[in-house]
Amino acid sequence: MLLEVSGLSVDYVLDRADVRAVDNVSFTLDRGEFLGIVGESGCGKSTLLFALAQLLAPPARIAAGSVTFKGDNLVGLTDRQLSSVRWRDMSVVMQSAMNALNPVKSIGAQFRDAMRAHGTTSRDEIGSRSAEVLHMVGIDQAHLRSYPHQLSGGMRQRAMIAMALLFTPDLVIMDEPTSALDVVAQRSLMVQIKELQRSLGFAIVFVTHDMSLVSHFSDRLMVMYAGQVAELGATRRVFDEPLHPYTRGLLEAFPSIRGPRVPLKGIPGSPPDLSVIPTGCRFHLRCPVAFESCPQVAPELTDEEGTLVRCLRYPQDHTEERSVAL
Amino acid sequence: MTTPTTPTAPTTPTAPLLRAEHLSRHFKIGGALSKRTLHAVDDVSFQIGPGEIVALAGESGSGKSTIARLLARVYQPTSGQIYFSQGEEDPGTPLSAMRTRRARLRYSSEVPMVFQDPFASINPVFRVSHGVLRSLKLHRPELSAAERQAEAARVFEVVGLDAGMLERYPHELSGGQRQRVGFAQALAGRARLILADEPVSMLDVSIRIGLLNLMASLRDTMGVSILYITHDIASARYVADRLIVMYAGQIAESGPIEEVLADPRHPYTQLLVSAVPDPRAALSVDAETDIGEPPKVIDPTPGCRFRFRCPIAIDQCSAVTPELTLVGAREVACHVAQSGAEVKAFTS
Repeated sequence: MLLEVSGLSVDYVLDRADVRAVDNVSFTLDRGEFLGIVGESGCGKSTLLFALAQLLAPPARIAAGSVTFKGDNLVGLTDRQLSSVRWRDMSVVMQSAMNALNPVKSIGAQFRDAMRAHGTTSRDEIGSRSAEVLHMVGIDQAHLRSYPHQLSGGMRQRAMIAMALLFTPDLVIMDEPTSALDVVAQRSLMVQIKELQRSLGFAIVFVTHDMSLVSHFSDRLMVMYAGQVAELGATRRVFDEPLHPYTRGLLEAFPSIRGPRVPLKGIPGSPPDLSVIPTGCRFHLRCPVAFESCPQVAPELTDEEGTLVRCLRYPQDHTEERSVAL
Repeated sequence: MTTPTTPTAPTTPTAPLLRAEHLSRHFKIGGALSKRTLHAVDDVSFQIGPGEIVALAGESGSGKSTIARLLARVYQPTSGQIYFSQGEEDPGTPLSAMRTRRARLRYSSEVPMVFQDPFASINPVFRVSHGVLRSLKLHRPELSAAERQAEAARVFEVVGLDAGMLERYPHELSGGQRQRVGFAQALAGRARLILADEPVSMLDVSIRIGLLNLMASLRDTMGVSILYITHDIASARYVADRLIVMYAGQIAESGPIEEVLADPRHPYTQLLVSAVPDPRAALSVDAETDIGEPPKVIDPTPGCRFRFRCPIAIDQCSAVTPELTLVGAREVACHVAQSGAEVKAFTS
């Protein structure tokens, strides 16, 4: 097991009250596995990602739980202690390459900085490795001398991914790396990420709001709602038989370009403000199949034939009215 | 809110609401001494009928937003003309002939824009009623203050917002609600054609459908036309009647959306359709992925602009710019497709 997250909670410490953005999240990740994390804005997916990478800054803080990476709990380590793990064993690809890359430094200089900061000082080694990773993502090494503005959006994202691979990490955490790209570039970047993963064997935690994007690439899928795990299971299974009404709603919110044109409904209402969390099930206000208990009882995660789901309708008790509603 | 009915393509073409002919917009780039020109939109002609949603799709940099700005009169065309019709019998007045302030005001109230970012397009220091009331005051000066309030409440209800929302501040509304405010502002001026530039791309997936359904219901119940600018082909198919695919400042293919998507003839349309992620489809990671990039159209030479990425390009493609020509029910700008040969550049 590469990564084990256990009971992780993250609070934003505000003047009025603390807001819990990530609530008691647990999951594990094997070597070479691809985990997709999907959810809407404000569901806590980006906060979770920052917590995994120990990149949270005040007012956010980890309130409880552990992040065990290759046997060590990263929570509470100092930056100095973390620096031996960061980039070498675990790297992060940020959402917007335009903001994450330094605009006044060439790509090569930024690669050099990263390698030096994490202990590689030989010029030759830096030069050859930089050219190698850039080649891996399909960019000519001549671009080591280019500045970010001279690259297209797709190339910048590729350069970010190359940079994350400088030290052949075991885990790459990606925060919507394709969201600024259009469909064609998006598709080709996803295929390339998957190919790199196959050849190099690293594990990926991929955060996105677009679940159709990861549908063909991730091994397991975690759906988050209002800071909690709503559903976690094998990607294909989640797409074929979504258990949680929220997952179902998300899937039904995607128009298709094939098949008959059917009217879609989406999900009524909008995601809750985490400072005023609904009682009981956090989804009950928007849920089409909510029943009497939902506003009162907060559901726990239940194992339903290998898929974890947080919904009071599970475990299935075959009560007539509830299964009819499905 | 009504669900979208299967749209019927307008078969008897009455006068189009808006007609663009040989529209071009070029930008000078570089320093004062530079002679380089970016051809953002090059010789584009299209029509938008009454009560029709036309989707304008393409990559970033393909010129789709420039077209919206040309239609909104934010930019003046470098060449070409836009005609706007005032009724079924009216063949259309060129925009360049609208010289009086009154004519321009009338045009901008009938052809309003709805912007991409609902967080940036509403003034945060005023209540959301501010924009609607201002628009009413400017465009419909005959209304009294009480009538303006009533009208604002009416358009809010049309877009699915409670009239009580008028007194809220933008920060109290969700993204989807704000975008509905954008449509309410557009309707307040008695819109006939709404220019919607990526109106749902910043919204959460679960909210998008509601907005798309709203667009369809505005068309079905009020007969409003919408130019829906998007890079999301699936959502375009959901609401639009016709599709215009842009590539590098020119139209690659256009026609009834079902026909174009079911059987795309331009290699670029095929690429676009094949790249759309479909969660319902079986897992397939095909080898033939295109890693090309959209070109910057600076001082273009003749020839098809897609030829550098096109796997089926022929000699003619680098010599002659293909014209948009009717092939079956759609128009295609591709030499191979026009020759009658089957185009299979990218399969989905």
